[in-house]
Formats: sequence, structure tokens, C-alpha cells
Amino acid sequence: MKNVIEAVELTKQYGSIKAVNHVSFTVECGEIFGFLGPNGAGKTTTIRMLTGVVKPDFGTAYIKGYDIRREALKAKQLMGVLPEVANAYIDLTVWGNLMFLGELYGVPGTVRRERAETLLRKLDLYDRRSQVVRGLSKGLKQRLLLCMALINNPEILFLDEPTSGLDVQSARLIKEMLLELAHEDVAIFLTTHNMEEANQLCDRVAIINHGEIAAVNRPERLRATVGEVKWIELAFDRPVKAESLARLSSVVEVKRLGDKLRLRTKDPNELIFQIVEYAKANKLKFLTLNTLAPSLEEAFLEITK
Amino acid sequence: MLDGSPGKSVLEQLRRSFAICKKDIRIYYAKGPVLIFGVLMPLFLFAAFLIGRDVDPRFLVSSLMSMTIFFSATAVVPAIMPWESQARTLERLVSSPVSVTALILGDILASFLFGAFLSLVPILIGLAMRIVVISPILLFGGVMLASFCYSSLAAILSTRPTDIPSNVMMISTFVKFPLLFISGVFIPIENLPRWGKIAASLSPLTYFTDLSRHSIEGRSYFPLLLDFLSLTAFTIFFFAAAVKLHEKNMPKRL
Repeated sequence: MKNVIEAVELTKQYGSIKAVNHVSFTVECGEIFGFLGPNGAGKTTTIRMLTGVVKPDFGTAYIKGYDIRREALKAKQLMGVLPEVANAYIDLTVWGNLMFLGELYGVPGTVRRERAETLLRKLDLYDRRSQVVRGLSKGLKQRLLLCMALINNPEILFLDEPTSGLDVQSARLIKEMLLELAHEDVAIFLTTHNMEEANQLCDRVAIINHGEIAAVNRPERLRATVGEVKWIELAFDRPVKAESLARLSSVVEVKRLGDKLRLRTKDPNELIFQIVEYAKANKLKFLTLNTLAPSLEEAFLEITK
Repeated sequence: MLDGSPGKSVLEQLRRSFAICKKDIRIYYAKGPVLIFGVLMPLFLFAAFLIGRDVDPRFLVSSLMSMTIFFSATAVVPAIMPWESQARTLERLVSSPVSVTALILGDILASFLFGAFLSLVPILIGLAMRIVVISPILLFGGVMLASFCYSSLAAILSTRPTDIPSNVMMISTFVKFPLLFISGVFIPIENLPRWGKIAASLSPLTYFTDLSRHSIEGRSYFPLLLDFLSLTAFTIFFFAAAVKLHEKNMPKRL
């Protein structure tokens, strides 16, 4: 079976608000599928319906063929889940939490222990296995939660904002782990606010806005939908006032980003000539001069406008 | 793993209930303050009951037995769901392949074991007072059934979808104390007025108190079979109601 997740017209209403409105998409085996959207767009409600935590009012989802409404336990058995607001049991040790989750998924004792050891080593937590979770940092807790989501060796992994607010090392470890899992044919459904992360990790992304799917495509294609190069980034060997560059006729907008300047234009070619002239006239040396393709973030903002 | 056969699926879910029970015991019950409360509470109740009263010690121990099991089996369960909700562990639990029935059963099992274990305190007090249990097997059966019944009642008390444990504990106290007063614990049922007897017959606590009195004093108000059947009926009703209410309210907790 190629499609391991199939959402069909998923709909959920809370009072008068339609949190998710007839959302449909598919996720293939080994694919990392990003689910992006502004706050309150319906990301968490969708993931909760897909994982059988909340029942849809209309529509359904098939997890490897199992209908989440009618065969929730069988579908859940195939999944690993890292909910957005999840926590491990803070009074149990790292090891205790993993063993408990393994028992909930019916993983036999020997397999459970072997898997727990492998996962803890991979996510650099093995030395902390006897530590009570209460004392762990947010990054370490999140790594443990990922280990817990993987203890049943799932075929499908659901992650709600997995790297949100994490330190660089933990975020990197988690991302590396996700790429490795996708390589092993695990389907990964990931919600994130981090466009760069979605760009790096996802094979396809869906953008949800006001409970409806606004676009589903590969990140590169989504970026292409917002048009050609619009920004030029540059840095000179000495500081330059943004206002003086803003006077160039091809410049629409100037932004300062650290020691660099970003110039928005409708005609990048003409602007480059103008910048070179400006540099010559002011005896400036270039440290950087780049054309910037539209980012996924711009595509996202354009689509959710 | 879950397979298609219903028998195996039930067994699998039962195993998961035991896992939840073990987790509850480690996190919520095997704590110094909880255990100390469990041991001291019956001792204080005993002292309050004994001092200044000329009561048959056998009546005293059988009443103490009822109170101990009732209070210990209903002490922690009502707060577990709000705690889990507050600690953000509930969604992880609900997204695992565990049915609501298995989840509630796990919580009830832990409470049942706690209640049954603490019933040893009044038994030891009775032995220290040289009181002989006439029907130990009957008493054992009654303790098991009563502890499960009261734990199931406590599971109903936790169905309100809140993540503030004190809200639930308030409701719990509001239900528990009136039940205690109408159940022939302080005054034998035969000495109650007619309306008191009717009220007592509506309380699950009455039937274990009666059963306990039969095991220790050798006499009871209701026939033994009625005591057992009533406790069983209350248990089934409380368990089914707890599962239904939790199923309904679970999404509101998340």
C-alpha cells in the first residue's frame, strides 16, 4: 500500500466555529508531510482526528486502511504520536516512561528493553536513563517524548510542533532522526511553524488556513507560486545608510538584517547594475551580493493572506 | 499486539489496564504522604469513634473496616484524570491503543489494591483487641468486592472535565460524607428509623458494613446473599457509568 494516511473530508466544528472543514489529503509510505498554518488554523484539531483522539463530525481518515472512526485501536497500534502539549510522567525515570509506553503498545518485554536502549543511545539520552524526568530540560524531555513515540516501531509518525522552542542540538538531533526514519519508510506527518524546518525536511507540505486546505505541493513548487526573485541581499565593507539605497530607482523596499541589507525590487537585473554603480561612486567593496528566491515563508504568507 | 480475535484483544486491553494500574501505584499511591494518610486516617477515625462511648468493640472494628475501605478506595482516583490533564500526560495516554474502558479499569484496579491493602489496618487493630473474625473468607470476599465497588464509584466522581483536582475533590467530599452517614456505620441499621433504613438501602456502603458485621459479630441486618448481590449490582452500575461518562467527557479534557 502506497498511501498510508488518507484523510477524507475531515470536518470538526466547535460550537459555531468550523475548526476543520472538509480536509482531504494523502501521505505516502516514507514521505515527510508538513502541515503548516497560522495559529488556530486547524493543525492540532486535524492531527487529533488523525490520531483518534478526537472524533470527526464528518469524514474520516484511513490509517493503512483502518478507518480511524471504527477501528481506532488497530490504527493507533501502527502509529507513533508526539502531541503538541504532551509531557512524560515527571515522577518516573526516563527508562520508566519508555517501559510504560511500551507496555501500552503491547511491546514484549525483551523487545521493549532492546528498543528503548537503541532509541536512548540514538537520541543521546542513555546516560540519563535512571534520571527522573522532573529534572530534565525541555530539549531532553522532547527527545524522550520522541523515543516514547518510537517505542512501538511505528509505521506512521505524527508529530505536532516537535522542535518548537528547543535548543539547537536537540532540534538537530530530532531532525536527523526524522530523516533517518523516512529513509526507513516511516511516513511522517509533521505540523510546524518553522518554515525553514519544513523546507529542509518535508517532501510535500499542505497549508491550512481557516480550517481549509489552501495548498498542497512540494516546497519548491509552493515557492515558485509566489513568483520570481524579488529580493537582493548585499553587504559592503563599511556601513551604508539604508535611506541612500532606497533612493535607487529600482528599489521598492529596503530592510536591514544584521550587517546586511535586503532590497526588494520588481527588476533584479536593473537593480544589480544600479547597486554596482552606487558601489563604484561611493568606493565601496562588496562582501556579499546575492539574489534571493522567494522563501517558503513568503509562499505561506501569500497563500494565507 | 492487537489482532482480529476479540478474546485476544480483550486480553491485550486487560494487560494495558495492568500497565496503567502499575503506573498509578508508582506515581500516585506509593508516596509517603498518601500511605501515611491511609494508615493514620483509620486510626484517627477509630479514636474518634471510641473515645467517650460505650460501644461493642466488634461493632467498632466492623464499622472501622467499612470506613477505611470507603475512604482509601475513593481517596485518589477522583483526582487522577484532572492531574493527568494538568500534567499534560493525558493526550499521550489517549492517543495510545488503549480503550477508555481499559484506561478506567487501570485506574480502578490501582485504587482497588490500595483500598484492599489498607483494610489490613482495621484488621490489625481488631487482632490487637483480640477480636476474632468469625468468617474470614466471607470478609475477604467482601473486602475485594467493596474495594472494587467504591473505586468504581470514585471513577464516576472524576468524570467532570476539569484539570483542577480541588474541583473534583470538593464534589467527592460532597458525595462521600452523606453516604457515610446513611450507611449504618455509626448507628446499626436495625436502630435507624424507617426513612433511615430506606436511605441506607440506597448506599453501597450499607451492604459491606452489614457484611463486615456478619463476619465479625456473627449477625447482619440483610441476608448475606442480598449484601453480595447489591454490592455486585452497584459495582456493575458504577463501572459502566464511569466508562460512559469518561468516554463522553474525554475530548473536553484535552
